[in-house]
Amino acid sequence: METDQLIRTLAADSAHRAPPVGFVLTLALLAATPVSMAMFFATLGVRPDVMIAMRNPFFDLKFLVTLAVAISAIAVSLHLSRPEASLHGWAWLLLIPAGLLVAGIAGEMTMPQRLPMMTRLVGSNSRPCLTAIPLMSLPLLAAALIGLRQGAPTRPAVAGAIAGLLSAGLAATLYASHCTDDSPLFVATWYTIATALVAAIGALAGSRVLRF
Amino acid sequence: MRERDEEWTDLMRSAISGDSAAYHRLLKAVAPVLRAAARRGLARAGQPVDQSEDIVQDILLAVHLKRHTWDANAPFAPWLFAIARNKLIDALRRRGRRVFVNIDDFAETIPSEPIAETAPASEVAAQLQSLPARQRDVLQSIAVDSASIKDTAAKFAMSEGAVRVALHRGLASLTARLREQ
Repeated sequence: METDQLIRTLAADSAHRAPPVGFVLTLALLAATPVSMAMFFATLGVRPDVMIAMRNPFFDLKFLVTLAVAISAIAVSLHLSRPEASLHGWAWLLLIPAGLLVAGIAGEMTMPQRLPMMTRLVGSNSRPCLTAIPLMSLPLLAAALIGLRQGAPTRPAVAGAIAGLLSAGLAATLYASHCTDDSPLFVATWYTIATALVAAIGALAGSRVLRF
Repeated sequence: MRERDEEWTDLMRSAISGDSAAYHRLLKAVAPVLRAAARRGLARAGQPVDQSEDIVQDILLAVHLKRHTWDANAPFAPWLFAIARNKLIDALRRRGRRVFVNIDDFAETIPSEPIAETAPASEVAAQLQSLPARQRDVLQSIAVDSASIKDTAAKFAMSEGAVRVALHRGLASLTARLREQ
């Protein structure tokens, strides 16, 4: 086929309108959220003392951190879905949750504690944290990748890693309501490891499915 | 350069708002620029420059299928060149496996030599044959036989809507096949 013929054919298809990336991403995430929630309520569920826990600022901080991960990753992934975009000028968004955690750790340091630092860091839920967050992330990660496929990311592995952050942030938001370890030290350690794992899976998957 | 970029951006804005003649003009205008870039890239990688046409077609297909990711408030050229660069790198990577001579050192002299005959693009045509019959027939009719959507609909006893769907799906699966090859 000659290039002029191809051009004429593309022009003939010019009426076709593809939905924007944000729209497809939103629909896909809305479809996947109930799946992750069903996984959560079927196996873990909200911790029984949640009403009391909500009065603990460090319990609330967990949601602030995990939602900050999810929201900043959504913003960055939508940006990266444009081919001419780079992380430059946007990567700082991803530092917001880290900043919140550092502030939380510093705040906890200034308060008298019943438990020593290492005990708070190790906690008692590291294993469920490391399994539940990645597992609940998977439906959300698949949805995020479906949404981003609509875009044209020129660095598919990076975009996939951000999709991993996005889904881990949402899954960790669910998990945080189950977990009784509220110390920012615990969150900074185990949630971060779980999130990094999902980001790695996302990068691997992204480098395959996000090429266009 | 600046004027050219502004003209492209204007054409793309018209194209997005439904002006298919503007879209046709835009693609005709960018093709030679893409061809020159593909030749340069092939030459730098020590590849025969006469294969540039396959890369040009690959880029045009990606531009078409991803044009909704262009922000109408941004200039068109940086978006276009980002897609082109991505496709060129892909193409060189694919061909790279077959390279065994490194002629990087004198590759720079190739573009100044008389331009060799450009081999006709073959990849799109080859993948076309592997499409489902209906998509292939519609694409053949519009691309090769220069039929309109209306004529194509009459020829295959399809509705115009069905022709449009088959056309778009055909272009999308062509692109997917080119990527997987």
